Amino acid sequence: MAEPAAAPAPAAIATRGLNLWYGDFQALFDVNLHVKQGIITSLIGPSGCGKSTLLRSCNRINERLGYVRTTGSIEILGQDIYAPEVELVQVRKQVGMVFQRPNPLPLSIRDNVSFGHRLHARGHRVSRSRKEELVEDSLRKVLLWDSVKDRLDTLATELSLEEQQKLCIARLLPVKPAVLLMDEPCSALDPKGTAAVEELIWELRGEFTILIVTHNMAQARRASEETVFMLIGKLIEHGRTEDVFLNPQHRQTADYIEGRYG
Amino acid sequence: MTGTAAPLFAGTSLNARDRKIEWLVRALLGLMTALLILPVVIIMALLVVEGGPVISWEFLTTPPVDGMTAGGILPALVGTVWLVVVALIASVPVGVAAAVYLSEYAPDNWLTRAINLAIINLAGVPSIVHALFGVGAFVLFFRFGTSILAASLTLAVMTLPVVIVSTRESLQAVPRAFREACWNMGATRWQTIRRIVLPNALSGILTGIILEVSRTSGETAPIMFTGAAFFLPFLPQGVLDQTMAMSLHLFVITTQVPDAPEALPFGVALVLISMVLAMNALSIAFRVYVRGRKKW
Ligand SMILES: Nc1ncnc2c1ncn2[C@@H]1O[C@H](COP(=O)(O)OP(=O)(O)OP(=O)(O)O)[C@@H](O)[C@H]1O
Ligand SMILES: [Mg+2]
Repeated sequence: MAEPAAAPAPAAIATRGLNLWYGDFQALFDVNLHVKQGIITSLIGPSGCGKSTLLRSCNRINERLGYVRTTGSIEILGQDIYAPEVELVQVRKQVGMVFQRPNPLPLSIRDNVSFGHRLHARGHRVSRSRKEELVEDSLRKVLLWDSVKDRLDTLATELSLEEQQKLCIARLLPVKPAVLLMDEPCSALDPKGTAAVEELIWELRGEFTILIVTHNMAQARRASEETVFMLIGKLIEHGRTEDVFLNPQHRQTADYIEGRYG
Repeated sequence: MTGTAAPLFAGTSLNARDRKIEWLVRALLGLMTALLILPVVIIMALLVVEGGPVISWEFLTTPPVDGMTAGGILPALVGTVWLVVVALIASVPVGVAAAVYLSEYAPDNWLTRAINLAIINLAGVPSIVHALFGVGAFVLFFRFGTSILAASLTLAVMTLPVVIVSTRESLQAVPRAFREACWNMGATRWQTIRRIVLPNALSGILTGIILEVSRTSGETAPIMFTGAAFFLPFLPQGVLDQTMAMSLHLFVITTQVPDAPEALPFGVALVLISMVLAMNALSIAFRVYVRGRKKW
């Protein structure tokens, strides 16, 4: 377990004493999370324990709800994202999110992929061929290129769910996020789709820091290097995946993994 | 159980009673629906039978003559179009902008909720009250005089709440997931609205506006004191002119011109109602067309 001691890279995500309330209801209690760069971390825990809430705090998308209040701090790559000089748009560019239900925009496949790039390339003229290249690269990276290359102009909403979810990952790539948050990205998919998307996530490892919420224990074991276990708004355990699963330090973790919470 | 066994799933007397009640309720509800439709059918039939013969190309394209007992309705027809168009130009940009603000930007707090409530209540204010407001504000205070401008602005104020409410509903029908997808790629609020929310809400917004047009074209009270004239055989040349209007013309020839031929008001009413129905049909057709293309 000897980590290289030199030049500790800042954590991809570091929260300190994070509390979050929806109105009067406290959803997160003093969460201290430390997600390392460049690996896949899975976040497990029973329904309603605050996994989505924690994820959505990391790109400040919860803020739109007027009644959400947070205390504590969240740092992404060492930068406090609630600091006054921080531009929300820049945070969101760095922290891409994949949702439980695939949510392609009601545009063509091509426009879905180039949407983010078009937003940020304003003012610069980007050549047509460069754009095409970008679309192809992104779709190749999510293993979707071959099946859609002949129908780039059809509506993305007509793709199968598996393809939609891959597309939702692909469209983040041109924006070049450092961190990918995935909230149960496979739960709307059939087993074949799940396997395909899991494979894709594994492929993206190293290039991106990935924090993935899952209800699927087998998936967490297969596909992640570290695992975080949460229970009713609290972070209970965080360790290497095999340690958490084979040798959990807390009773609750063991109970959950053995299926006693459902 | 002895004797001949009843077949499986045979009905009981209780089932028979339930069936009777079912039949009764259905008949009653159907009857109420028929009662609702009946007046509409009768009115339309009456208008077509009584007013149909009056309508001709000449009727639509000439001004009234002989103290409005003969001739056509051209100035009223044109006047109504003027009033509606100017009212739309005034109300649509303001209404849509306000709806976008309320739906996309305004924080969800008591002030926003109070404003929303006020808008809904504003939609219930009687049109004669709007008329008086129009006289006070546009005719007198802003010195537009009795003119198309004053009348149209009065109509605009009256229709604003409905435009806002229908637009806001169309905006809110656009799934939240689309917005979140955009924000996630680093889109600002406005980029999200312009590229995704508005294009997807457009059909609903337009439908609402068309329905507004049809409602506006039938209003009488708000224009009576602010810009519509009883009789004016010329076409308006600009927004500061007065004008005749279909709704007011109908009111005048039924109540103020005793020797108008009996069929005349029916003819005017038929043209007015046809305008409204045509507009509604357009909005329905449009909605069906867009829904057919929508894939989510
Ligand atoms: N928008 C909201 N307003 C109010 N309460 C909310 C909101 N979103 C979530 N909550 C509450 O916060 C708690 C945590 O919810 P969250 O969605 O983060 O759980 P989760 O771990 O993602 O659950 P699941 O596994 O079912 O997705 C729940 O009790 C939920 O009811
Ligand atoms: Mg969740």
